[in-house]
Amino acid sequence: MSKIEIKNVYKIFGNTPDKVLPMVKEGANKEEVLEETGHTVGLDNVTLSIEEGETFVCMGLSGSGKSTLIRHLNRLIDPTDGDIIIDGKNIMEFNEQELIDFRKHELSMVFQRFGLFPHKTVIENIGYGLEIQGKPLEDRKEIALMQIEAVGLQGFEDQYPNQLSGGMQQRVGLARALATNPEILLMDEAFSALDPLIRSDMQQQLIELQAKLKKTIVFITHDLDESLRLGDHIGILNGGRLVQAGTPEQIIMSPADDYVKAFVKDVNRAKVLKAKTVMVRANEFDSNSIKLSDTYKVNENIYIEEFLPKVLADNSTVIVVDNKGDTKGYITAKQLSISLSKTGYNESSKTS
Amino acid sequence: MALTKNLNLSYMNKIPNLNLKIISAIAFVGLIIATHNLIIPKNILYLFLKLVFFIPSVSLVVNIANVIPKNLLSLLSKIFGAVALIILVIVSYLSSKRKPDNLGELFEKWDSFLGIPLPKFLVDWPKWLDTPFMHWINKGWKSFISDYGLIFDAIGYGLLRGYTELKGVIVLTPWPLVILGVIAITYFTSGKKIGTTVFVGFCTFFIGFLNPRFWDKAIETTTMVVIGIAICIIVGIPIGIAMARSEKVRNAILPILDTMQVIPAFCYLIPGIILFGLGAIPAIISIFIYACPPLIRLTDLGIRLVDEEVIEAARSFGASKKQMLLGVQLPLALPNIMQGINQCTMMALAMVVIASMIGTRGLGDEVLLGLQQLNVGAALEAGLAIVLLAIVLDRMTQAYGDKIQERTQPGKKKN
Repeated sequence: MSKIEIKNVYKIFGNTPDKVLPMVKEGANKEEVLEETGHTVGLDNVTLSIEEGETFVCMGLSGSGKSTLIRHLNRLIDPTDGDIIIDGKNIMEFNEQELIDFRKHELSMVFQRFGLFPHKTVIENIGYGLEIQGKPLEDRKEIALMQIEAVGLQGFEDQYPNQLSGGMQQRVGLARALATNPEILLMDEAFSALDPLIRSDMQQQLIELQAKLKKTIVFITHDLDESLRLGDHIGILNGGRLVQAGTPEQIIMSPADDYVKAFVKDVNRAKVLKAKTVMVRANEFDSNSIKLSDTYKVNENIYIEEFLPKVLADNSTVIVVDNKGDTKGYITAKQLSISLSKTGYNESSKTS
Repeated sequence: MALTKNLNLSYMNKIPNLNLKIISAIAFVGLIIATHNLIIPKNILYLFLKLVFFIPSVSLVVNIANVIPKNLLSLLSKIFGAVALIILVIVSYLSSKRKPDNLGELFEKWDSFLGIPLPKFLVDWPKWLDTPFMHWINKGWKSFISDYGLIFDAIGYGLLRGYTELKGVIVLTPWPLVILGVIAITYFTSGKKIGTTVFVGFCTFFIGFLNPRFWDKAIETTTMVVIGIAICIIVGIPIGIAMARSEKVRNAILPILDTMQVIPAFCYLIPGIILFGLGAIPAIISIFIYACPPLIRLTDLGIRLVDEEVIEAARSFGASKKQMLLGVQLPLALPNIMQGINQCTMMALAMVVIASMIGTRGLGDEVLLGLQQLNVGAALEAGLAIVLLAIVLDRMTQAYGDKIQERTQPGKKKN
C-alpha cells in the first residue's frame, strides 16, 4: 500500500464552494469557473499515490495549485471534496484532537519563506516541534543540538533567525522539521527563495540526508532542474489538474501535453537521462555492425553527460550493462545525438 | 423542505455542551422575565444568577450562528432586520402624540419641489415619524439605577480604595525618591539607554519645579491614569484577542469601539457621576471608555499581522490554539500591543484633563482653575506640567515597546 494516497481531491476557494463543485466535476476549467461564479479552483480531481521512502516532487507554475496540494496533506487546508489517506488512515475523518496528534508525530513541513519564529533562537526554533509534543527541556536541547550538527549550523545556536542568511535560515527550517523525526516531510518550495549556489548546496544536503534517513518527502517546486535532481517521481500540475505523473525519464521522454512539453523544452537532457533510457535493447540491436574495439561499458544507471564527451571524441559505441555486468543494450553516437536533440525523441521512439 | 433539511439535528450536534447551554439560556431568559414582572425581587442575588447564566447563553447564540449555514444565516439576519425596522416604525408611529387623525390630513398641506407639488410631510420630516428613543433610555436608565446601583457602588468603592491607597503611598514618599524610582524604571524598561533615562528624569523633576503644588497633583493624575490603564489592559487585550480570532466577534465589537471613541465625553461623564459620585472613580471609568479602543484595535491588528507562514508553521507542528496564542501570536504581536498601551496612556492623560470638569482633582483641575480666573499663566503652567507628565509616561512605555521589538525582530528596526 502506498504511504500517501490522494483520491479525487477537489478544492474550490470562495464563498459557496459546495455549489460550484458539481460544475467543476462536470469538467469546467479554472477560467470558466472564475468567470461564471467568482470562485477559484485550487485543485481539480487530483488523484495520486506516493510510496514510502521516495521523494515525490510536485511541479507547476505559480497558481497551479501545488502549494494548495501540499497543505492538504496535513490539513492546513481542507479539501472541498475527496479523501486523503496516509498510512491507511483517512485523515479527513480525524477530529481536532486526532489531527493535532497526527501533525505532532507523523509529518512536518518546511516553508518557502522559512516560517521561523523570529522571537525564538535557533535552538528554540529547532526544538519547537518537540516543545509542542511536551518533551522536557533537556531532551529538546539534546535533539536540537544533534540536528544543528546534522545541518552544519554549529555555533549559531543562540542567534535569532533574522541574524542568519537565507540559506542558514532554511537549514534551521529543515532541522526543525527533522527534529520530531517524522515519517513524512513536506517541503513547500523550500529552496525557491535561495540564491542558485546555496540552492544547489541545499539540494545536495537534502539528497545526502535522504540517503540516510529514507523519509517520504513531498517536495514542491517550480524549477524543473530541481525536480529532476531530487525526485523519484514527479507530478506536474496545471490549473489545479494533475497533467502528468511519472519518473523523470517518463516526463522528459513522453511529455503528456503541450504544457509539459514547454516545461521540459529547456532542460539539459544529458544531465537527466540515464544510459538505460536512451539505449537500444540488446535484442533489437545488430551487434555485428560495430567493431568491438571501439566500444566500452557503462552502468545502466549513470547519466549521459558522464560518457558523452568520450563517445563524441572517439565516435565509439557504448555497451550498457547492469550491476551484474550483463549487457542490456547499446548506444551509438548517432543514437546519442538523436536523444539529445529536442525533437529527437519522437523520431527515435517512432523508429524503435 | 430545504429549510428543514438545513436545520436538521446534525448541525446542532456540533455544539459542545449543548444541553447545558440550552438550560442556561432558558434560565437566563426566565430570570429576566421573572425579575421584570416582579415575580422575584430584583436584588443582587438574582443579578448574580443572571450573570452566571449569561455567558453560556451568549455562547449558545454564537454557536448556533456558527453552525447554521452561512447563506441561511445571512438570509435570516436580513429578514430579522427588516421585521425589526417595520416593528420599530409601527411602534414609533403608535406612541407618537402628533400623529395625523386620518389619512386625508396628510394631504391637506402642499409644498412645491422644483415646481412639482408634493404633500408637506414628504418635504419636511413629519413629526410623527420619530422613535421614542429618549424615553426608552430614560426609562431604562431609571430602573437600571434603582435595580443595580448597588453594584456600581461596590465597583466604585473597590476602585476608590485602590486609588487612595496607591496615591497615599506615592504622595508620602519623599520626592527625590520618586524621581529616582522613575529614573530606575525607565533605565530598565528602555534597555539601559542613558539618553532616554536622563531626559525622563529631568522631565519628572520639572513637574514639581514648575510649581510645588503640581507635584502631588501630578501623582494623583498619574495614579488615575495607571489604574485606568490597568483596567484597559485587563479588559482590552482579551477582547482584542477574541476579535483577531473571529470575524464575527470583530464585526460585533467594531461598532461598539467606534461608539466609545466618538461619543462626546460628557455623554458618559455625567451618568458616571450619577453612578459613582464625584471624584476620581468616574474619571477612571471615562479613561477606560475613551482609552481602551486603541488598545483593543492594536491588539487585534498585531495578532492578525503575524506572518501567515509562521502561523502555518506552528499549526503544521500540531500547536493547539492555546499554544499558538501564548507561544507565537502574543509574543509576535507584543510590539503592537505595547504601542496600544502607549496610545492608551496618552489618551488617558487627555481624558483626565476633561474629567476635571466633573470635579476630578489632579493637574486638569489646575488648568480649569487657571481658566476660571482668566489667569492664562497659571493655566499654561499647569498645561505644561501635563505635557511633561505625558512625555514621562510616553517615553517609559514607548521605550519598553522598542526594546521588545529589538529583541523579537532584530534587523527589522530601521534607525
